[in-house]
Amino acid sequence: MKDVVTSPKLHDCRDAFVAVLERLGAENSKIVAVCNDSVGSSKLGGFKSRWPERLVNVGIAEQNMVGVGAGLANGGLLPFVCGAACFLTGRSLEQIKADIAYSNANVKLIGISSGMAYGELGPTHHSIEDFAWTRVLPNLPVVAPCDSIETAAAVEWAAQYDGPVFLRLSRVGVPDLLPAGHKFELGKANLLRDGDAVTLLANGTLTHRMMKAADILAEQGIEARVLNMASVRPIDVDAVVAAARDTGAILTAEEHSVIGGLGSAVAEFVVSEAPVPMKILGVPGIFAPTGSAEFLLDEFGMSPAAIAEAAITLIARKSRA
Amino acid sequence: MCNCIFIHNEDSMQPNDLDRIARQIRLRDLQTVFEAGAGHIGGEMSAIDILTALYFRVLRIWPDQPKNPERDRFVLSKGHVALALYVTLAKRGFIPEDEISTFLKPHSRLNGHPNCNKVPGVETNTGPLGHGLPVAVGMAKAAKLTGAKYHTYVMTGDGEMQEGSNWEAIASAAQFGLDNLTLIIDHNRFQQGASLKDTNNLAPFPAKLSAFGWDVTEINGNSMDEIVPALEKRGNRPHCIVAHTNKGHGISFMQDTVDWHHKVPNAEQYKIAVAELSEAL
Repeated sequence: MKDVVTSPKLHDCRDAFVAVLERLGAENSKIVAVCNDSVGSSKLGGFKSRWPERLVNVGIAEQNMVGVGAGLANGGLLPFVCGAACFLTGRSLEQIKADIAYSNANVKLIGISSGMAYGELGPTHHSIEDFAWTRVLPNLPVVAPCDSIETAAAVEWAAQYDGPVFLRLSRVGVPDLLPAGHKFELGKANLLRDGDAVTLLANGTLTHRMMKAADILAEQGIEARVLNMASVRPIDVDAVVAAARDTGAILTAEEHSVIGGLGSAVAEFVVSEAPVPMKILGVPGIFAPTGSAEFLLDEFGMSPAAIAEAAITLIARKSRA
Repeated sequence: MCNCIFIHNEDSMQPNDLDRIARQIRLRDLQTVFEAGAGHIGGEMSAIDILTALYFRVLRIWPDQPKNPERDRFVLSKGHVALALYVTLAKRGFIPEDEISTFLKPHSRLNGHPNCNKVPGVETNTGPLGHGLPVAVGMAKAAKLTGAKYHTYVMTGDGEMQEGSNWEAIASAAQFGLDNLTLIIDHNRFQQGASLKDTNNLAPFPAKLSAFGWDVTEINGNSMDEIVPALEKRGNRPHCIVAHTNKGHGISFMQDTVDWHHKVPNAEQYKIAVAELSEAL
């Protein structure tokens, strides 16, 4: 499984999203796209040119956008509500809570350019809080695919899932990790590499960095388990507990604050089900300085080398535990 | 208290019949607030005539098929007057009339704000203000996209219009040409803490809605003779009914005082209110 990174070619997961959306849109006329003047950044140009009437652009008005999405679903349509994740989740969080999650509206919320994809634009445009404030909402699966294959699979899954979904996508290029034809299963982690020294657990743009970190560790004779965990809610409790028991240490990394995200979700179960040493890598509870997403991930200790180093420190804690 | 069961024939419901039903709804609402020790009686009384006209004359609905795709939609954006909606839905046959007595009780599906997944006839969950109109815009837009013939109605409070999300929705309704959407502003001139004019006075509403590209009708929102034709009016733009109402309408000592936003009458006040509402039954 070490050769799972089959191609170094980097993909913008938005392309996989719109390719599947358009394919499904051709089969199902109930699919509509809703956006906030984000036709370009959500890559909805193709959808718009094929079905202009099915592209509902409310303009720069995110609260209205999410409410309109709920109303379209009430009227029997299948809306994909697309917007920059920072505005979609931050500006309209109460609409997501009341109109979508609590009302259980069959609306797919697509957060584009999540994490620090808009790195240089600054913290107003970073979406490093969205796991925290969406994963506390009942009825709302929270999913962050790691590559274009998983993105395509997750979009396909979301379209047939009867209920609301928050799908968190990035625009930062990532290599494909999962095998072609992969099917997304909500609440299931993917074992990308097995090992017994430590578990490296991530999603989104961090999974491939974890794979590279595992390579570095292997060169030093340390075999790490790598779990891809797109599904932040519900989380794969069995995979988390097995990782704790089998490897005795869990290191998580995410393009999100260390507070309230994937690492927190994992820790909630580790603490109660199988306590072992853990380390959560992410944005350390601050507004990030200027820089690209790649720069900032490195800056916050999430380069493959730094992840490997953190893993070694964590493994040392096992013997003291 | 009249507990008589109506044999409904909505098409023939005339203003007099509707007035009588509205009074019965008011009485049941009052009784429930008194017994539960909570509610939003002022805004319930101001809205009940419009709710009655909608559910007993205007809306194409089937209480035994609450999810029929062809049903007209009604969204109660001022969700805090849920009790008035519950009593209306019960009288119209969506939920059992005797269930009203469970209002606010543990595990009742009738909590202080309506839940669409529990209460048949409720379209979307409301409670936080400024949510219903965007959702109603989506409903009306869906009908345009699918060719469905249903009409969408939404009622907001006048204070609620201070929420910016409403104005996002108003702009988009005009942009989308939603002639199948009717917004009713329950203009009772009071919000929770004070009068509208002493808080953030958006009135007069008509010029503002007109400027956004809506048709506007001003009515006495406690007069069936004016409510029914306004609700049935159709044009080629989204339609706003500015319904001038009285907070606490029908109960003399509650009318037009801010105190009765969510105050509960004491035993003596309750007796007076029951007598006043019963007079014309």
